[in-house]
Amino acid sequence: MPAKTLIDANALDLDQALQLLQQAGALLPDEPPRSVAWLQAVLNALCDLSSKDALTGLVNRRSFEMSLTREVDRVARSGEAALLLILDIDHFKAVNDTHGHGAGDLVICAVAKAIAQAVRPMDLVARVGGEEFAIILPSCATHVGLIVAERVRQRVAELSVEITPGEMLGVTVSLGGAFAPQWVRSSTLLWMERADRQLYRAKADGRNRTCLEPQIDSLVSAEEKGMLFTPLNLDTQQDLP
Amino acid sequence: MNTTHDPAAPVAPTSRPARGGARTLAVTSGKGGVGKTFVTANLAAALAARGQKVLVLDADLGLANLDVVLNLQPKLTLHDVFTDKATLDQAILPAPGGFSVLLAGSGMVEYSRLTPDIRDKLLHIIDLVKPRFDWVLLDTGAGISDVVLFAISLASDVLVVATPEPTSLTDAYATIKVLATQQERRQVGLLVNQANRVGEGRLICGQLQQVLQRFVGPIPGQTFKLELMGEVRADQAVRQAVLKRQLMLEHYPGCDAAQAIKALATKLLG
Repeated sequence: MPAKTLIDANALDLDQALQLLQQAGALLPDEPPRSVAWLQAVLNALCDLSSKDALTGLVNRRSFEMSLTREVDRVARSGEAALLLILDIDHFKAVNDTHGHGAGDLVICAVAKAIAQAVRPMDLVARVGGEEFAIILPSCATHVGLIVAERVRQRVAELSVEITPGEMLGVTVSLGGAFAPQWVRSSTLLWMERADRQLYRAKADGRNRTCLEPQIDSLVSAEEKGMLFTPLNLDTQQDLP
Repeated sequence: MNTTHDPAAPVAPTSRPARGGARTLAVTSGKGGVGKTFVTANLAAALAARGQKVLVLDADLGLANLDVVLNLQPKLTLHDVFTDKATLDQAILPAPGGFSVLLAGSGMVEYSRLTPDIRDKLLHIIDLVKPRFDWVLLDTGAGISDVVLFAISLASDVLVVATPEPTSLTDAYATIKVLATQQERRQVGLLVNQANRVGEGRLICGQLQQVLQRFVGPIPGQTFKLELMGEVRADQAVRQAVLKRQLMLEHYPGCDAAQAIKALATKLLG
């Protein structure tokens, strides 16, 4: 007769795991403790916990990178446009320095909530760094991308965060974005780099704005064709015997 | 005395594919008839001679002619794999020169358009072969159709083959520009084939790079590099090999063109 279980569930030390879940406010499973279903539910809750950012409850960087990899492959197969946005809270260091880290955390949480409310249901919002967020927008046409990005920016700009009772603080974000090249299995690193470059542009242009990578024309103009040959022709003539 | 390490022992067996799978190189040209397939086949042989496990995938799905260049009469092609008439293993055939080929059929109109089905199948096949080889060379079709651009997108590196003819150069430029603008390519390799004299490759590469810099450069912070990977001069042996449908590297290993292809292999191996 085959053994029903390979491990003795009662021999497992789960104290730390359960404590972690409790602390994170995760509901413990209803199943009979230490049953297979219960253990599975605990593992699922731990997986869920490890994919989330503790402060904001958004997807964390690790989970975001996995999603981005999947999106790159999806774009290569479906050819649907996808946009990656990277956002950074403007002058965040000043918030921390002037009002303390507690206030900084409140601002981060408020911004996170505003972003989540402004995006489309299928978009994925992640906190990827201290005051940096990223949004993956699948199936996103060019004009739609700009609309969503601007909606996010405006929603954040309308915020008034109460950092201490009665003390309100305004906040803005800068956004940079780049579309995944259609039909191409690109690298996540390159995609991030391109979006990042637009974020720098938004910051340099004065913050509280959205910069998307401009679409480049790949047509070859008559001017280019002319330039291709000008010096070459000269050279050939000089070399003729 | 260190007995655990024998300095004479090979550090890493060359037959084992690199970690993360094969290096993928698409060979393309813009204009047809510039020697793309010829270069691909001989480059594969040159890499194989250096101990590399090489697969050449004929990605010119509609008008494939790798079999013609290599004088092979394949019973099984990619088409049979796509339609489940053959397994991938059955369709990967040995070629003269010590490398493997995965051939495509000729005249298959259904492959002249890029359907989601073909895209998915090609992506799947690339994923399957990558762990098994050191190099996967993709011989793409001419032009910048969807099928060609998609085939190129499957590769991490691109080699554009061009001859000094104005039409070839214009088409090579258009191809490179599309790759830089639509595929995020930061670097593309150039092989000048049928060069008329020593140094012509460098001249052409400089010329193309200059125009690219001017018209592809304006993306903030982005640099694009066209790297000259080799120059193959017009060579009587090449003509002989092509007409006799022989691998130049096997039959005319000493000729200038063969040396140039070997130098290209060396450069790719770094």
